[in-house]
Amino acid sequence: MKVRSVVLFFFLSALSALATSAAAAETAEQPIPPAHLMQPAELAALLHAGGERPLVLQVGSRVLFAQAHIPDSEYVGAAGQDAGLQALEARVQKLDRAQPIVIYCGCCPWPKCPNIRRAYAKLDGMGFTHVRVLYIADNFGADWVDKGFPVARDEQ
Amino acid sequence: MTHAHAVLRALAAGALLASALAAAAAPEAAAKRATGVGSAAPEFSRKDLDGWTIDLGALRGRVVLLNFWATWCSPCLSEVPRFAQWQRTYGAQGLQIVGISMDDDEAPVHEAYAKFQLNFPVAMGDVKLAQTYGGVYGLPLTLLIDRGGTIRFRHGGASDLAQMEHEIQGLLAERR
Repeated sequence: MKVRSVVLFFFLSALSALATSAAAAETAEQPIPPAHLMQPAELAALLHAGGERPLVLQVGSRVLFAQAHIPDSEYVGAAGQDAGLQALEARVQKLDRAQPIVIYCGCCPWPKCPNIRRAYAKLDGMGFTHVRVLYIADNFGADWVDKGFPVARDEQ
Repeated sequence: MTHAHAVLRALAAGALLASALAAAAAPEAAAKRATGVGSAAPEFSRKDLDGWTIDLGALRGRVVLLNFWATWCSPCLSEVPRFAQWQRTYGAQGLQIVGISMDDDEAPVHEAYAKFQLNFPVAMGDVKLAQTYGGVYGLPLTLLIDRGGTIRFRHGGASDLAQMEHEIQGLLAERR
């Protein structure tokens, strides 16, 4: 009986570890469908046009956000870290799942960004149906600031 | 029409304006930052992780590799071990590497410093220092400063480290 309990314990532990590992991999590596990507010029034009606008969230670095960010966008935290992901969840928890949301980071070259895919996966997993991801190929400086698109800065 | 539909229609309409807006966007910002190359490196003084003072002005006469990085930035983490190697290889010839971490907190920087066995000073960065250097809007960012204190090369994003090492060798070979 004792041996069977020990075997069962290790079996369940292994299953749990596998499930956790698979979930982590899915969160970190979940691809973003091309249709959900948004070019910087497209968002800039939307902001320029005025009218109704999506909720724009920065999911990267606080220091980078403080230097320059998209006007009226909100800093929610680096989604590559658990605390940032939790902050993102808390920010959107009460929103209608059809709320249009644009997320962006731009801390690093797109393939290496540790934040944007996890943020997308979180929102997708929460059931948000109108999420767009700002495609920043290189970084926020090169692909937004240097293009002359509007920028806001935190008070020093 | 729902709010979502209204926004999506606005997005579609906005796309039509996108190319025109992009074309109209002045490239002054890029030009301004590019002018950092060839200009004097702004001096600064701040404490490193061990409490020692990094004084850029006091490093005149040495070639300085000034690297803005963060522990959450994977391209950065692929570079710093190489920088430590260069510090060992070229330190006696006059190379001094200085790291500026753009992390929000100091704790992970200490961990990374130990993990990668870094052998050069690292200080915590902030908005003020970043703006002094024309803005650090993406990482990594590496500046090569010659012995006279002039910024000679600027590398943003994932860099060609072979090219960067070649540039360092050239700067080390220059007389003051």
